Amino acid sequence: MKTLSFAWRYLWSRPLGAALNLLLLSLGLASITFLLLVGAQLSKAFDRDLAGIDVVVGAKGSPMQLILSGVLHIDVPPGNVPLKAVQALAQNPLVAQIIPISLGDNFGGYRIVGTSTAYIAHYDAQLAQGALWTQPMQAVLGASVAKRMGLQVGQTFVGSHGLGAGGHTHGDNGYTVVGILAPSGSVLDRLILTDTASVWKVHEDYTAVDDDDRKVMEEEREITMALVQYKTPMAALSFPRYVNTSTDMQAAAPALEITRLLNMLGLGTDVLRAFAGVLLLTAGLSVFIALWSAVRERRTDLALLRMLGASPAKVATLLLSEALWLGLLAAVLGVLLGQGFAAALAKFLSLDNSLLISGMVWPVELWVVPALALLVSLASALLPTLAAYRVSVLRLLQSR
Amino acid sequence: MIESTGLTYRYPGGAELQFPDLHLPQGAVLLLSGPSGSGKSTWLAMVAALVAPTTGELRVAGQAVTALRGAAADAWRAGAIGFLPQKLHLSEALTVQQNLAMAQWAAGRAEDAAHIHTALQALGVAELAGRLPQQLSGGQAQRVALARAVLLSPQVILADEPTASLDDESAAQAVSLLLATASRHGATLVIATHDARVAGLVPPAADGQIGFQRLSLVRKQLSKA
Repeated sequence: MKTLSFAWRYLWSRPLGAALNLLLLSLGLASITFLLLVGAQLSKAFDRDLAGIDVVVGAKGSPMQLILSGVLHIDVPPGNVPLKAVQALAQNPLVAQIIPISLGDNFGGYRIVGTSTAYIAHYDAQLAQGALWTQPMQAVLGASVAKRMGLQVGQTFVGSHGLGAGGHTHGDNGYTVVGILAPSGSVLDRLILTDTASVWKVHEDYTAVDDDDRKVMEEEREITMALVQYKTPMAALSFPRYVNTSTDMQAAAPALEITRLLNMLGLGTDVLRAFAGVLLLTAGLSVFIALWSAVRERRTDLALLRMLGASPAKVATLLLSEALWLGLLAAVLGVLLGQGFAAALAKFLSLDNSLLISGMVWPVELWVVPALALLVSLASALLPTLAAYRVSVLRLLQSR
Repeated sequence: MIESTGLTYRYPGGAELQFPDLHLPQGAVLLLSGPSGSGKSTWLAMVAALVAPTTGELRVAGQAVTALRGAAADAWRAGAIGFLPQKLHLSEALTVQQNLAMAQWAAGRAEDAAHIHTALQALGVAELAGRLPQQLSGGQAQRVALARAVLLSPQVILADEPTASLDDESAAQAVSLLLATASRHGATLVIATHDARVAGLVPPAADGQIGFQRLSLVRKQLSKA
């Protein structure tokens, strides 16, 4: 402990140099923390929310938009598709299950999703309170929604038009909360789930002029998209092509689109990673120069320690401890900065509500950062430490 | 006590120093002088068990230091040898108190604040414990360095050029302080110096007292005055 205490004082006896080295090292580590955090969280979110969904069928347009809007709920959908067309697809022998998704309204910025209870079963979500809906205009809240909006079972709320907060309200059609889901870590946590018929009812009540008009609307009902599970993996070879060429809809495979997305992000990630590497290398060199200078400046002081009875290893440990302090401080600062960057990005891109990215989390990959901090600082200290180990006491006696 | 017989040291380049036999009783004072390259540093290093003589026997504080190596030499030196370097080498990153604590750390001893206080008090600098070395006058710094040298009650104190670049009055005070401190600890004192004034500053021994000896070194040979 005493060694660490003395090393700490020696480190800060050159405050400007120590602070600059710390800053350099911390910035490099913060960049790596940021990349790891974003990468790990995106990967986890994609794995979690895309699992078991073989293909998404929706309106023609950007397939990636379809996936982002319908599975991850972070984009607007390209349009709606006729209910009958989707029902026809459900009869396809390659299809095991279809989960309808109808978007259009929100409550407090949280999406109201018209679907079936199969959607909840798909993510193995459990009810924390209440029950699932049994009729239209009953809603089951995701755990985050219930917590953030402070809603309880039995309370009512009114949705607003649009997928973001601020649209006009559907004042005549209130939802009753019948259930609240336990946190599942999936996209469901931030959704308000209801029967598909609720979405139709809200919009038909809002737009239908008279009963005839309502009947026409009932005939032409739409949903936003359908999440499809295949009976067999072989279906991937023919089903999307069939949908894309024989219907007015498009089929998008989540796995393909997300791979495409990650490849697009990959270039930016590579640049950031290279930048972080250069920062770390620079920091390592800087720490090396600082410690090397310290040994040169304090050579006779170190020799005196030998004269006072310290072993060469003890003298070397003192210098190594300075590097260790730098590494530890930089690891803490770098991780905090990286977490802050990730939280700021999430806030800036409004991804914090989506649970895709947030700060103040510790995925297992993040242990790389303290390990890297120690590695860089100790590697930088290697030669200076060796020089301290070999410092000659005769130099002290001859320094007249 | 320092005793040596047949002491030689051969440098890697081949030059060899020969040191005459010496018997310095415990509590005595030795003035070690000689020009640069005459072997003063080597002699001090051998006494401190930092380098081993090529031949001969050397006993310091009852220990055959020629037999000491590595960790054993470090441990022995920590307890037996006090060292006052010419440039003092008080760490500017540490307070006076911490400089002495570091000496305890270097010697592998637990920090003993009370003992440090006593050592500083004995040299009249206890009130400076919280100051940094750069806040001390030259005389204060020398007292602190001397307190560090005697902190672990060594049997031998090696003082390297303690009067260099001091005016006459300060030099006299420095030597007087050294003699008093060594006497108080009952330690053998070795003063390695170029300074001709030092011999005049060491009072002659009275009858029955342990006196001082001179060891004047010349290049590649040693003569005892």
